Amino acid sequence: MEVAQPEPAAGEDGVHWEGLEQTDEFRELVRRRFRFVLPATIFFLVYYFLLPLGNGLAPDFMKTRVVGQVNIAYLFALSEFVMAWVLAFLYIRKANGLFDSLAAKVRARAAGGKEGTAL
Amino acid sequence: MNLTLALFLIVVAITLVISAWAARRARTTVQFWAAGRQIKGWQNGLAIAGDYMSAASFLGIAGLIAFNGYDGFMYSVGWLVAYLTVLFLIAEPMRNTGKYTMADVLSFRMSPVPVRSAAAFSTVAVCASYMMAQMIGAGSLIKILIPTLDTNLKPYFNWEIFGTRLDPSITMVGLLMMIYVIAGGMVATTWVQIIKAVLLMGGAVLLTFLVLLHFGFNVGHFFDAIAGVKDKATGLNFTQPGILYKYGQKQVFGVDLALIDNISLGMALILGTAGLPHILMRFFTVPDGKAARASVAWAMGLIGSFYIMTTFLGFGAATLVGKANICATVVNGACVGKPNSNLAAPRLAEFLGGEFFGTTGAEFLLAFIAAVAFATILAVVAGLTLAAAGAFSHDFYVGVIRTELLHGKVSEREQVMVARITAGLVGLLSIWLAARIGATANAAALVAGVAFVIASAANLPAILFTLFWKRFNTWGAVACLVGGTVVTIWLVAIGPGWTVPAVEHPAFPLQNVGIVSIPIGFLLAIIGTYLGDRVKADRLAEVKFHEIDVRAQTGLGAEPNPVVA
Repeated sequence: MEVAQPEPAAGEDGVHWEGLEQTDEFRELVRRRFRFVLPATIFFLVYYFLLPLGNGLAPDFMKTRVVGQVNIAYLFALSEFVMAWVLAFLYIRKANGLFDSLAAKVRARAAGGKEGTAL
Repeated sequence: MNLTLALFLIVVAITLVISAWAARRARTTVQFWAAGRQIKGWQNGLAIAGDYMSAASFLGIAGLIAFNGYDGFMYSVGWLVAYLTVLFLIAEPMRNTGKYTMADVLSFRMSPVPVRSAAAFSTVAVCASYMMAQMIGAGSLIKILIPTLDTNLKPYFNWEIFGTRLDPSITMVGLLMMIYVIAGGMVATTWVQIIKAVLLMGGAVLLTFLVLLHFGFNVGHFFDAIAGVKDKATGLNFTQPGILYKYGQKQVFGVDLALIDNISLGMALILGTAGLPHILMRFFTVPDGKAARASVAWAMGLIGSFYIMTTFLGFGAATLVGKANICATVVNGACVGKPNSNLAAPRLAEFLGGEFFGTTGAEFLLAFIAAVAFATILAVVAGLTLAAAGAFSHDFYVGVIRTELLHGKVSEREQVMVARITAGLVGLLSIWLAARIGATANAAALVAGVAFVIASAANLPAILFTLFWKRFNTWGAVACLVGGTVVTIWLVAIGPGWTVPAVEHPAFPLQNVGIVSIPIGFLLAIIGTYLGDRVKADRLAEVKFHEIDVRAQTGLGAEPNPVVA
């Protein structure tokens, strides 16, 4: 891979940060994380604000009773908790597996000291 | 001796023993500020929960639901969903790039003097508003639950400081939190928070269980009872939205005012948590990014279950006790004086104790819930004091004055000493401020909300852009930290509800100002950045971005957890 690198100004600590940022491993890590976090964030924001919007704009619908006196408004609010737990679970599972192993690769590359010259 | 007082004293004794034990583990800066980065993920999760579930959430939410039904639940939802923001965007990068405070992360890329000063300013503003609400709450709680304590101590508080007479209850809470923080730093604070989280969960589970037991574990019956409670003003029953947020009454710019207010509150709740300095600080206490992640998972499990239980407490109090019977003084089974929503949970405990265990049971359960609420407040104010002291001493004194302006090297000994002194000063100042503001009770609930708005309008854009926006620079950071804080306070000050009684036609229509001030905070950050770019004020910020980018994502070069000698 050819990366046009200006002078690799390694930091005082001897780590060449900009070079690491350009590695395939790092880009892969950022891309994978972004691909999860962005849609997940948009989803939870939309889902969260649907609740107050629904209560304000469609109060009669939200008051519809589902089981006994339990209505849609209460079930929707409860589902927000489930939504948060499920998204957190999915993120952590992905992070503990995929993100951590990709991050470990970047760290290994830095420790090998190859990142400056190999590029 | 009074049972409540006895339980209070047990809580106090346990926490003091912990502080004494922790004092030996708070000698170096990393021990004092970050508990030596030795806190395990699950412990930190408990401590986050303990730091977060304030008296406002325990007594406040239960009370809101007990008095307004369903709408009170809205706070609970926002407070849990907020942790997704923390988990996805904040927790790991903070641990990977930071040292002790939020400003450590910012000054990674920015000029330390302006950014640390500005961050200290916004941090202190958040902590001060949050802390005052907690202290005022603590003061009124003690007065109601153990009135003898307050009246017996009153004669000793017969002097004034700068024209304000200190309040015995508030002063007691303040002194206790000062002892934890000064003696035991983050170690003691963490353990006080863990114990409190366990007590609080225990109390909530017990009350929920008893409420369900009352209804024979038939949720259908329970909801029938809730639907039987009607709000007089709106005619709605307590399972229906619209009692607290009176939709369809007033309009601003053609949009329903109650709806905007509710959405504005939601914005502050789900974005503000990620900028609360005392929560951010907790992520520096764990060994690595993975543990930071685990601590959010634990915190979300606990906080979520707790907030779901608040519906049982609140609805339970509404159906079993009733709004009319929730107040400070009950004589012959009837209320003397106005209903007080903060007492919904304690009064519910008293009722359930009486139903299942007789008179002694009623007394004991009331005392237990009161002690839990007391421990709750102590843990939260300790965390806030530590965060405010961190901003003053670590960021401002050590980071700006000693290191940058005087070009000095600061020894560990001096840093820890200064940390302890500032913690003491912060404590004294908040005791005085709480006593001064305490008179205007309306302000208490409001200032707590202000903390969330400042956190999301000032701190959140600064953190997010530092981590993820390459062009972000010192000007942008200072603009949102200072501007976001000032705009928020100003909007609240000219809005409704600040003054007692509320003004009829305030200059700004919303009580929850987040919907306006949060976008302004982000906008200021962007404008500041472009202006700084134009004058080429900050050359380092962009270069350093590569470093913080790699560090935040991978944990490379993160502050290690020192091996204890």
